[in-house]
Amino acid sequence: MVQLLSVDGDFIEPKEHAVYGDLVRQLREADFLKFYRDMARIRRFDEEATALQRQGQMGLWVSAIGQEGAQIGSGYGVGPNDHIFPSYREHGVAITHGVDLMAIIKMFRGVNHGGWNPKENRFHLYAIVLGTQALHATGYAMGINFEGLVGTGDPEKDLAVITYFGDGATAEGDVSEAFLFAATNNTPQVFFCQNNQWAISSPVGTQTKVPLYKRGEGFGVPGIRVDGNDVLACYAVTKKHMDDARAGKGPSLIEALTYRIGAHTTSDDPSKYRDPAEVAEWAAKDPLIRFERFLRKQGIGQAFFDEVKTAGDELATELREKTFAMTEPPLELMFDHVYSEPHPLIEEQRAWLQGYEESLGGHTSNADGDDTPRYGGTH
Amino acid sequence: MSNFVELSIAKAINAGIRKSMQDNSKVLVFGQDIAQLGGVFRVTEGLLDEFGAKRVFNSPIAESGIIGTAIGLAMRGFRPVAEIQFDGFVYPAFNQITSQLAKLTNRSEGFFEMPVVVRVPYGGGIGAVEHHSESPEAYFAHTAGLRVVSPSSANDAYWMIQQAIESRDPVMFFEPKRRYWQKGQVNLDQAALSLHAAHTVRQGSAVTIATYGPMVVTALQAAENAAAEGIKIEVIDIRSMSPIDFGHIVESVKRTGRLIVTHEAGTFVSISSEIAAKIAELCFYHLEAPVLRVGGFDVPYPAAKLEELYLPDADRLLEAVDRVLAY
Repeated sequence: MVQLLSVDGDFIEPKEHAVYGDLVRQLREADFLKFYRDMARIRRFDEEATALQRQGQMGLWVSAIGQEGAQIGSGYGVGPNDHIFPSYREHGVAITHGVDLMAIIKMFRGVNHGGWNPKENRFHLYAIVLGTQALHATGYAMGINFEGLVGTGDPEKDLAVITYFGDGATAEGDVSEAFLFAATNNTPQVFFCQNNQWAISSPVGTQTKVPLYKRGEGFGVPGIRVDGNDVLACYAVTKKHMDDARAGKGPSLIEALTYRIGAHTTSDDPSKYRDPAEVAEWAAKDPLIRFERFLRKQGIGQAFFDEVKTAGDELATELREKTFAMTEPPLELMFDHVYSEPHPLIEEQRAWLQGYEESLGGHTSNADGDDTPRYGGTH
Repeated sequence: MSNFVELSIAKAINAGIRKSMQDNSKVLVFGQDIAQLGGVFRVTEGLLDEFGAKRVFNSPIAESGIIGTAIGLAMRGFRPVAEIQFDGFVYPAFNQITSQLAKLTNRSEGFFEMPVVVRVPYGGGIGAVEHHSESPEAYFAHTAGLRVVSPSSANDAYWMIQQAIESRDPVMFFEPKRRYWQKGQVNLDQAALSLHAAHTVRQGSAVTIATYGPMVVTALQAAENAAAEGIKIEVIDIRSMSPIDFGHIVESVKRTGRLIVTHEAGTFVSISSEIAAKIAELCFYHLEAPVLRVGGFDVPYPAAKLEELYLPDADRLLEAVDRVLAY
């Protein structure tokens, strides 16, 4: 397992793979501070979103607490022109590529199915059916191959794709098929598996008999395991493998060993199936605390951490205000974009509903002053 | 002056794909055994030689992977034409088709279009083993976001495959496999109809039969036989199962007052269910008889030695004609 930071925050020179140490040495202090800021930011976001769900402001929340190291580290290892195909818990990866956090809130509030433009940030929409996105990523990477945008040596041209999924999703056939299509097409692609140990209530042993980083080998996708709570290791390993993919060296699999500190979602109760001692053991390896220790040993003073805390509080306030101000979607949203070209049945049903709603006095929304939460926690 | 050639349905689809590939370099063709072999029905024969292995390639035997990667390629701006080798093999791809291909345009609020064609040879009558004779079109017609069509003639095959490839939406393209070798005149200059328009293939006044795909020929046989007894049957090839051109059927039923809908699939919760319900609603005061449906039975497609009993034929259609005229 590649680990570059001890739990105490000391840099560990890797015995094998010296390249990872070199990649970290190329980072500047500003990069370290950016990593920490984003990890803290996404954790604060996560806590506030959970609170908003508890207050009935969102149908569901999917917490990524504990996985910030894997997500921020790998997110910054992805190049600015590369494409990212997430699962549905990658809020941390999203902020490394400029996705508006309110778009994620919007989706889980039930306003739409994924409110950001995947072309703008190259961060694709969340995929809720497990593993489906691995095949989309592979098809996308095949397209990059056909366009010859791999291994040209021109950093402005060469592209790679990364896809995220969890330990649970590795059991889906689509992930295995994606390994196969990726290997036989030599796609410029990284498979990034966040093994957070639990798929709702099923421990990772339910999904696999072999370590997950070995899952791709039989298909021709070599794997490596990284400490997922070590933001520097996640950054370095992802960067190296994305660089290799862009250079035409083919697909690879990264297993980031981490832990889902929270519940699967706000609808889940992990106390029914998880030993609190196990949670405590992982909490001690918290990626944020570990990185804070590292930064303090680098001489970063209290003022920085105070500033990050203040920024987090401001983010939480902003998040609440914007969530409360969010209007309900227009009924047209249900019918728009079912098809790209006109479809008579959709037009007929849209017209009928519009007429029906008008006969009842019009479609109401929060904008009309009805601030009753309309989103139940039924998921 | 139009430029006509005689082609089989299989060759017409081949010619249509070739034309689309010549016109648009983003069109890719892939699936199991479609490259050197040209597909088990030879529909893609010769395309590899003409367009090369970057545009025409064999896929692993993994249907979900075929459609899942087609989606990724469409996101990148390609126009994939993916072949599912047989109707009964489409189910491993069902999740990618219904949960992803059909919904991605909606999920992304239009940021992604999904111009993917899924070609599926379908239907029975070729004496095949299990899973090679099914008619699964209703599953897909029921799924919002998909377009579902089936040609019944060489001319339609040539033009509809090109229109499907041009469509900005995903199209399930069902090919009537027992009619692959049926020849017909193809007008190479212009399409007569849009992709989703129904078409009256025989005019009549007593009864309307609406159908699609492989059953169009069967309906025409029934109409020919009935004509000998002085019964004029109108035959409509609906051509598209989603959307359905109800206006065309309504116009006919308002004249004939009687409608029979037929297809190979079982009739329970089927394309004919939808047409019967809609016509009852739209033509209530014009109907002289209930809408009758003639289909396969609601059983797993039987072993080959029983398929003649399963498939609706001209006689079964004429039996329904007698019933509908008895009202």
